[in-house]
Amino acid sequence: MAKITAGVTMSHVPALGAAIDLGKTGDAYWAPAFKGFELSKQWMKDNTPDVVFLVYNDHMTAFSLDIIPTFAIGCAERFQPADEGWGPRPVPVVEGHPELAWHIAQSVIQQDFDLTIVNKMDVDHGLTVPLSLMCGQPKAWPFKVIPFPVNVVTYPPPSGNRCYQLGKAIRRAVDSFDGDLNVQIWGTGGMSHQLQGPRAGLINKPFDYAFLDGIVNDPETIAKIPHIDYVRQAGSEGIELVMWLIMRGALDAKVKQIHRFHHVPTSNTALGHLILENPR
Amino acid sequence: MALEKPYADVPGTTIFDSDQARKGYHLSCFCMTLMKAENRDRFHANERAYLDEWPMTEEQKQAVLARDYNQMIWLGGNIYFLAKLFASDGKSFQYAAASMTGMSQEEYANMMLNGGRSPDGQPNEGVKNRG
Repeated sequence: MAKITAGVTMSHVPALGAAIDLGKTGDAYWAPAFKGFELSKQWMKDNTPDVVFLVYNDHMTAFSLDIIPTFAIGCAERFQPADEGWGPRPVPVVEGHPELAWHIAQSVIQQDFDLTIVNKMDVDHGLTVPLSLMCGQPKAWPFKVIPFPVNVVTYPPPSGNRCYQLGKAIRRAVDSFDGDLNVQIWGTGGMSHQLQGPRAGLINKPFDYAFLDGIVNDPETIAKIPHIDYVRQAGSEGIELVMWLIMRGALDAKVKQIHRFHHVPTSNTALGHLILENPR
Repeated sequence: MALEKPYADVPGTTIFDSDQARKGYHLSCFCMTLMKAENRDRFHANERAYLDEWPMTEEQKQAVLARDYNQMIWLGGNIYFLAKLFASDGKSFQYAAASMTGMSQEEYANMMLNGGRSPDGQPNEGVKNRG
C-alpha cells in the first residue's frame, strides 16, 4: 500500500528561484538562506520518495479571477513551468502521477472535500521553488509530483481547521491506495510577510517561532487560529500558512522533527522550513 | 446584511476580498495578458492604446500608467496579478513592495535586513537594537 513517510514545509519566495537560476546562491545576501537547505538536500537524496503531494498556491498564473478553485488537484501526466511575466524558469518539466492523483480525488471528494480536478495547468514559482530548494538543479526531478493548489489569494482562503481536516482526508486516501508507493506531503508558503500597501515588509519572528513550535507539537491548537490573526500578525500574505496545516493533518499525531530553519529576510519574506518524519 | 470585515481596521493593508476582486476584475484581465511576450511588447509600444482595450475605469488606467501600486491596490488590484505588470517592466517584488511604503528601494531593503516591519507598522530595527 502507499504510505506517507514524511512532511516538508517551506516558503516559496520567487526571488529564491531567481537566485538559483542566476547562480547567485553563494552571494553574501543569499548564502545564509541556502545554507538552511544543505541538510535538506542530503536528506532528500537519502529519502527520495516515489511521489510528492505538493500543496502550494497558484499566484494568478494558471488561475486568475476567471476561475478561483479553493482546492484543486493536478491529475495530469505532466505540468509545464509557467511564464509568469519574465519567461518560464529554466527547470525540468514536472511529471505527475495520474493514477494516485485520481485515486485521491475520488477518495477525498467522498470524504466531503469538494476538490476541483485539473488536467491542464502550468505550475508557477509556488511549486517549482520548493522543488529547487530541496533538489537543486537536476536534469529531471527525482520523483513524481501531484500539484495541489489552494486559493489563499482571493479572500477568504479556507480556514486553518478546514485545511487540517483535509490533510487527514488525504492521509486516508493515500493509505487506501493499493500500489506500493513512498509518498511525501509538502506544505509551502509563508512565513510572515506582506507584499502590499504601506505595511509591506512585515516580519513577525515571535509569531513564526510559535507557529513552527505549534505545527510540530500542537497542530490542533494551530488549526484554530482564525484568519484575522494571520492578517494582523503574519501579514496579508502570511495567511498562506494555512497550507502548512494540510501537510500536518496528513502526518501522524506525533512526528519526528528532522530539521528546522528560519531566516530573515528573503526579499520581503521570513523564510521558514521544517522536515518532519512519521515514525517508522 | 453586510459582510463582516474584521480586517478593515488593519493599518496600511487592503484585503483582496469579494468587493475588491469585483472592482478589479478588468484590471486583472489586462495584467494577465502580460504573461505572453508578444503582449508585453505590444503594451510597452503604446501603453495607453493597449489599456483602452479593456473596460477598466479611467482611474485604474491612470494608476497603471503612473505605476502607482498603492492606487492600483485600492482600486481592486492584487499584488499577484500586478506582478505581471512590474515583471514586464523588469522590476522585482521588492521594488513593488518598497514603492508602496514611501521608502526608496534601498531604504526598504535595509529595513528588511534589519528585521522588517512589526505588525504595528513600525520598523523592527528598534526592537533589535534594544536586544
